[in-house]
Amino acid sequence: MSRIRTFLCAVAALCAISAGAQAETVYHRGNAGDPKTLDAHQTSIDVEANILWDLLEGLVTYDEAGRIVPGAAESWTLSPDGTVYTFKLRANGKWSNGDPVRASDFVFSFRRIMDPQTAAKYASLHYPIKNAEKVNRGEMKPEELGVRAVDDLTVEITLERPTPYFLELLTHQTALPMHQASVERFGKDFVRPGNFVSNGAYSLAENVPGDHIKLVKNPHYWDAANVQTDVVMFYPTEDNAAAVRRFMAGELDTNYQFPIDQLPFLTEKLGDQVKTSPYLAIEYYAINNRKEPFSDPRVRRALAMAIDRDFLAEKIWSGAATPAYSLVPPGINGYTPAEADFAAMSQLDREDEARKLIEEAGYGPGGKPLKIEIRYNTNDAHKKVATAIADMWKEVLGAEVTLLNTDIKTHYAHLQNRGDFDVARAGWVGDYADAQNFLYLGLTGNAVGNYGQYSNPKYDELVKMSDATLDPAERARIMAEAEAVLLADMGLIPLLNRSSLHLVSDRVKGWAPNVRNVHRSRYISIDR
Amino acid sequence: MLSYTLRRLLGAVPTLFVIVTVAFFLVRFAPGGPFDLEQPLAPQVLENLRRAYRLDQPLYLQYLDYLGKLVRGDFGPSYVAIDFTVGEMLRRALPYSVTLGLSALVLAIIGGVAAGVFAALRQNSAADYSVMTVATVGVTVPNFVVAPVLQLVFGLMLGLLPLGGWGDGDLAHLVMPTVALALPQMAVIARLTRSSMIEALRADHIRTLRACGLPGHVVVRHALKGALLPVISYLGPAAAALVTGSVVIEKIFAIPGVGAYFVEGALNRDYTLVMGTVVTLAGFVVVFNLLVDLAYAALDPRVRYD
Repeated sequence: MSRIRTFLCAVAALCAISAGAQAETVYHRGNAGDPKTLDAHQTSIDVEANILWDLLEGLVTYDEAGRIVPGAAESWTLSPDGTVYTFKLRANGKWSNGDPVRASDFVFSFRRIMDPQTAAKYASLHYPIKNAEKVNRGEMKPEELGVRAVDDLTVEITLERPTPYFLELLTHQTALPMHQASVERFGKDFVRPGNFVSNGAYSLAENVPGDHIKLVKNPHYWDAANVQTDVVMFYPTEDNAAAVRRFMAGELDTNYQFPIDQLPFLTEKLGDQVKTSPYLAIEYYAINNRKEPFSDPRVRRALAMAIDRDFLAEKIWSGAATPAYSLVPPGINGYTPAEADFAAMSQLDREDEARKLIEEAGYGPGGKPLKIEIRYNTNDAHKKVATAIADMWKEVLGAEVTLLNTDIKTHYAHLQNRGDFDVARAGWVGDYADAQNFLYLGLTGNAVGNYGQYSNPKYDELVKMSDATLDPAERARIMAEAEAVLLADMGLIPLLNRSSLHLVSDRVKGWAPNVRNVHRSRYISIDR
Repeated sequence: MLSYTLRRLLGAVPTLFVIVTVAFFLVRFAPGGPFDLEQPLAPQVLENLRRAYRLDQPLYLQYLDYLGKLVRGDFGPSYVAIDFTVGEMLRRALPYSVTLGLSALVLAIIGGVAAGVFAALRQNSAADYSVMTVATVGVTVPNFVVAPVLQLVFGLMLGLLPLGGWGDGDLAHLVMPTVALALPQMAVIARLTRSSMIEALRADHIRTLRACGLPGHVVVRHALKGALLPVISYLGPAAAALVTGSVVIEKIFAIPGVGAYFVEGALNRDYTLVMGTVVTLAGFVVVFNLLVDLAYAALDPRVRYD
């Protein structure tokens, strides 16, 4: 009897040991592409941000619903004039090698991104910091940047002028801190596994470009007790149709992006494991405000009104996008976008109005011929949208429309270098959740992003005024007024707000849709 | 033989030089550059970048600079995947593509030659027609159709094989991409082998062997030796293409090989990566063509290299 008991005890003990060994949870995360770099100061796209946000934690961060919450800083204050932020770092903040997170790490980081030697693509995002632009131009030394360590745990950031969206800026991956000692020691190679020192929920274990990036839980992270997944495997699932099959076979727990034309099929097959939710993305047509006949606001309005956006959203984007009548996508806290006045009209009424406008302008049937060339970058959805819009303009306005597609580099180089065009496809995804990030597309002074060269002094004035307004409600009101001016002029033609596309397995807990489209692995747990 | 090999390799240097030069200027004539992004860069930032990558210098200086580095085996930094140099990227990714490409090559040769000989020996029979029909289908159905079908059947429906990734380079991960990559080549080789085998079987020396009453398999062996020559000349460039990776297969099966670099480099205007892939491919073509010529000497007694 006792022998049997001993045997049973041994079996139980073995089971406990093996259960302990299996307790390591792995999150297989399809990430839609490979990062071009893990140097936060050189990144520009969301698939890079997804990995960096797991590795590093900025002064502020996002919760699972995309709201700003304290990160490496536990609290902060803003001076009454709105120009000096003082951040208190957590006393228990540590890097993955055990070093304490110091204010000097943040100072080092901000100086590094502004240093012209770094040649950081997104440096201009942080120009609101005092002297940032001058440092980036090489006119001042990095030491003169308005970021300073008051003591080991206090970071003080001085701004050029009040910047109401500054905390939003700090959520961007280019504002993440760097471990000064390891960056200085390893130079460009500080991003390699073994060299990379992180202060976030995870640390970098492996990086095999094109295959996977493996992150393991950082035991030194201040909130490590609440990080539920031990290992995160990022896969660069660039072929999203193949990724869908891998997801269905259970090889991936979540996957970012899937082919939009598969949405109906996937919804039927996978039910609510398919997540489409609005985020800060706008598809629009830039229209050349400096060229006849598009310099006539009536022509621009007529073209905008003749487009049946419901058709584009439902039939071409299979419901993975919603009609847009504003420049700023919905969902930004405290901001209600202005809408084009025809948003409330029926499509038939819009078309009647469009015909009237184009006749007044002297074009279309009976007037001068209306010739339009639509440029777009090679992509299946863009092609279908352009074809549909060409047809609508032909039907409603009697326009002669031609299409011209080029690859994405040629397309944007042409627009940014002020090449000649009539109408061109463009898209914008918010870098941070503030209307200013979208309104800036229509500013006269925006040399490269205002493709159609829209210019209205009243608009510029209002946007400038909003930048200087500290009261959030008043500021939102002024920005909406500015947006209404741009839409009345139809300086560009909003088409659609894209939804973010994710596949999330039923096994996954803690995943929440949000307009910022940020999904930190630290909030995820997996039921195996 | 050795001096021939050396002569050929030396002769390849001017060829490579011309290829490098043409590619260098051609890729820069494409509109747009590595830093034209969907989200435009501030002018100051763009200037910093151009200076950092020496794109602000005259083109001929950039060219001389590149040549100088290339001679020393330095492919330069990637403009887009900035954590790595192009040399590192190729060194890391080539083993995957070469492993996959060689497996596919071996499978294609064995399967293709066997099917071709089988069909040739039964010329105009039902067996011949069915083998050739399958081969024609193999040539015409593109691998971006074959690959997903394999994934659906063996991965999703039967659950036998993993759908993607390299794993530890184990056989299970290798089966589907190898088959998908090999099938079109196997079909071409089968067709080539069949037609040249039929011709060889009719040749005088084979007829003589037959007349002397040699057993069938000996006759076939002698005929095959001659029949393989066209197949071998096809294999040179085909093998170079196979081992430098297939963008379609590598993307669908999520294999971290060099195939993707050909497309990504060009689309991203990653000048150094484009150059790196071009030089690599050119190098493989030179080597495989040399191997083809050496194989000729081994197979055809009329060919001599002194």
